[in-house]
Amino acid sequence: MKIIKSLGFVLFLIGLSIFTGAIFTGNFSLTEQELDAYIADKGYKNEVIKQELSKAIVTNESLNIFEFSEKARSAFDAANQHYDELIAKYNAEKNWKKKGEQYQYKINGKPHTLSFQIAKKAGSGFVKENPGLLWLLTFGFGILGALLFMLPNLILLGKPGIKNDGIYLKAATNRGWIAWVVLVYLVVFYLVLYFKADYVVNWTFILDPISKSLNGGEASQWFVYGFLYCTIMLTMGVRMYIKYRHNKYQIIRTTSVLFFQIVFAFLIPEIMTSLNMPGYDFKNAFPLDYDFFFEWNLKSLQESGAIGLFILVWGVVLTVVIVPVMVYFFGKRWYCSWVCGCGGLAETLGDPYRQHSNKSLNAWKVERWLIHSVLVFSLVMTLVTLYCYFSGTSSFLGIKSQWIKDTYSFLIGAWFAGVIGTGFYPIFGNRVWCRFGCPLAAYLGFVQRFKSRFRITTNGGQCISCGNCSTYCEQGIDVRAYAQKGENIVRSSCVGCGICSAVCPRGVLKLENGPEDGRINPTEILLGNDVDLMSLVNDK
Amino acid sequence: MQHIVIIGNGISGVTAARHIRKNSDHKITIVSSETKYFFSRTALMYVYMGHLKFKHTQPYENWFWDKNSIDLKEGFVSKINTDKKTLDFKDTSSISYDKLIIATGSKPNKFGWPGQDLEGVMGMYHKQDLENLEKHAPNNEICKRAVIVGGGLIGIELAEMLRSRKIPVTFLVREASFWNGVLPAQESEMINQHIKEHHIDLRLSTNLKEIKSDENGRVRSIVIEETGEEIACNVVGLTAGVTPNIDFLKDTGIATKKGVLVNRFLETNIANIYAIGDCAEQHEAIGQRRNIEAVWYTGRMMGETVAQTICNKKTAYQPGHWFNSAKFLDIEYQTYGWVFSERNKLENEAYFQWKHPKENICVTLSFDKNSNKFLGINTFGIRMRHEIFDRWLSESQSITHVLEYLKDANFDPEFYSQYEAAILKKFNNENNTNIKLKKKSWKRIFLKA
Repeated sequence: MKIIKSLGFVLFLIGLSIFTGAIFTGNFSLTEQELDAYIADKGYKNEVIKQELSKAIVTNESLNIFEFSEKARSAFDAANQHYDELIAKYNAEKNWKKKGEQYQYKINGKPHTLSFQIAKKAGSGFVKENPGLLWLLTFGFGILGALLFMLPNLILLGKPGIKNDGIYLKAATNRGWIAWVVLVYLVVFYLVLYFKADYVVNWTFILDPISKSLNGGEASQWFVYGFLYCTIMLTMGVRMYIKYRHNKYQIIRTTSVLFFQIVFAFLIPEIMTSLNMPGYDFKNAFPLDYDFFFEWNLKSLQESGAIGLFILVWGVVLTVVIVPVMVYFFGKRWYCSWVCGCGGLAETLGDPYRQHSNKSLNAWKVERWLIHSVLVFSLVMTLVTLYCYFSGTSSFLGIKSQWIKDTYSFLIGAWFAGVIGTGFYPIFGNRVWCRFGCPLAAYLGFVQRFKSRFRITTNGGQCISCGNCSTYCEQGIDVRAYAQKGENIVRSSCVGCGICSAVCPRGVLKLENGPEDGRINPTEILLGNDVDLMSLVNDK
Repeated sequence: MQHIVIIGNGISGVTAARHIRKNSDHKITIVSSETKYFFSRTALMYVYMGHLKFKHTQPYENWFWDKNSIDLKEGFVSKINTDKKTLDFKDTSSISYDKLIIATGSKPNKFGWPGQDLEGVMGMYHKQDLENLEKHAPNNEICKRAVIVGGGLIGIELAEMLRSRKIPVTFLVREASFWNGVLPAQESEMINQHIKEHHIDLRLSTNLKEIKSDENGRVRSIVIEETGEEIACNVVGLTAGVTPNIDFLKDTGIATKKGVLVNRFLETNIANIYAIGDCAEQHEAIGQRRNIEAVWYTGRMMGETVAQTICNKKTAYQPGHWFNSAKFLDIEYQTYGWVFSERNKLENEAYFQWKHPKENICVTLSFDKNSNKFLGINTFGIRMRHEIFDRWLSESQSITHVLEYLKDANFDPEFYSQYEAAILKKFNNENNTNIKLKKKSWKRIFLKA
């Protein structure tokens, strides 16, 4: 068994190394004909770009992606520079007509995005030519290795039950060197994915065949991310099934998040795209889906006929009606730990790190300031966007629509939700984004705290203050502080993962939906003592 | 404002301090020689097993004590002068008090076994025991085998701890079946099997004769009384129960027997001195309870109670219905009311028992065979609601009522298989009754008494 485990681990590392190493392979260049075709296809009016790109990347030199990216970005830069100089010149001459004409020649887009698009065409080499083999060597080895590593736990962990032995004795789960290595890998991964996607264009070649079969087009970096996301969730889902095989709540909940990620977040949007519809994740509710009310999305939905209109209505109804009503009946867990993709990754890949959330009172204060600020930020952004959309202006209350959207996308969408939210799993726990950042969680939290049937019931006086519940709460709730007072847990941040109840050695905690009356039950003297004393002190 | 001094920072002492603070502005000092800050003793096992770090066992953050004006004094009390109302410490410092609460808890029993003080022999009670275990049994290379003496709750926890580091364990239990002085045979036997499934070498009806030393004064082996067998080991865990930790009270004039003798108001024979928790001994038993109850919950209740008395609301210690819980390796156990083992069964007490055919799930309901009144329940592998059973016990419900409404009491997580129907079916078969199971009702569950 141990040998199988080690073998699996080695196989996984090989897969990961090949995956990472694949970035550095391949040659990137175009022929003149290919370049002409590319420029015609893109419809660039820029008259200098052809010459600049030709100089840069029509070559017999074997450029790797980093050299190629550098040259391509310089070429685009130079091409735009040319027109910027003309604009400055005509500006000085006060030749407004000529000045105005120049703008159409400029090429819009972030440098690494432009570079990514052309690299997609320019790439050649082993990875591009053997996507099937590469898939086996990377995803295949990774999945197989991870399974071989995890499946022996069915026997090695012993009888079903809570098996948290050694979590605080291992470098991977006790913030040791392994955790830091994983953190650096994840952070770099997200930085490259969000900001330098062209560097990982080789990954998209591996998935091109799968992408074509699903949506008819080649794989983008977002397809790679989505596919990887589902793969990781599925594989780590197997780990959940093994670890919590005695606990039906965990089994069903894990199945639910896997289903919603794979079907709703991945397959349905891909299939919609292949049918020429806007790809839409029907479970992704505003304001987590922060660009739902962006101009480009509203336009795209309006241009998509009946389905576009349906999505528009559904998106609004989801946020305004379905989400709060479901939270009233079941608590925010129905979304955060049963449906949501961010929650899904946290509950699978992130489960080994759940103990790292900070339980201090100070962390709770920071949490409330941060998450509610993000909610306000997202609402202000949406308000500005919608006002500008309907009024045709470019700013509202002195806030520029483009600026606030860009700022939110960069700070919250990329850095907070991605780089920090997932990258920091191994050190700060698996729900950093959900706890401190997610505006939807903040909204659901209000409903859960003030108008819901959901609570974690504390079982009379049975708590022994051992601290397992608090330690393993991924949301940093000091569960014990309530349980040891015999008080139910009604907290806006609780995502209802059910682990506090699972790790409790004395059967003290139960997630349940019941009457609102008596849901919050402050007590000082616990059940089991003198009845007169209990009523004297508790009924103040 | 008076100065209230509490000796001992366990659950009893800390609960008392918290409630005194809520109800008064007395100056409060908690004295402890074990650790500065309160921690949950029941969680020590999880630190060794790597589920928690020690700091996680502390229910309050360190700023809590200062914020609530509760002074923490580290030190070991060497003398109490009850006339001058002063405490002397080993380090020669001293403090005076107006009211004194003794809450010093227990210490592991040692029955005079030869070799019981050797290096590598330890209890599993204090934080120092945990550190000692970490030193002598960090892994299975340094500790090739451990022997545990005494088949109670701490013994099985220590066995689980050592097994988490793959250390071979021999478990000596004096009784013919694990904890059968407390558990009915059905449950005791199930735990025996479960212990063995965890690869623990369980030796029933087995006593320790002596612990042998190596040339450096460390444990080398133990010898079994009955067979003379010698078992090589590096660690011996003594877990044969606990005794009140009150040696320091000798010659103070405070009346003691096994523990500090107290009346119903938790007062000792000397005015303004109280004793609570494991170290307190009632003159006369309360109901069917023992005079000394070394249980987390009773310690907490005594703390809640004595605080009222000290804050001028003189209150007798009147614990409600008995309840307790434990976890035997993977099997959770809860009990409400009284279920005595076959050994200690009352004359009018009868059992109704049900056991799952495959899983480690079973219940024993105890009832009065004359009146059918429900007396108590042991539940293994099914969580039950404390409030519901407490209510049924207060209402003196019959066993048939309990079974009929058993679904109201289920506290297992959502989606778990439920066994009430199977349990009731067995009862109906055995008793030729036709009780119908009632559906779970939120209304009844949250009914205010």
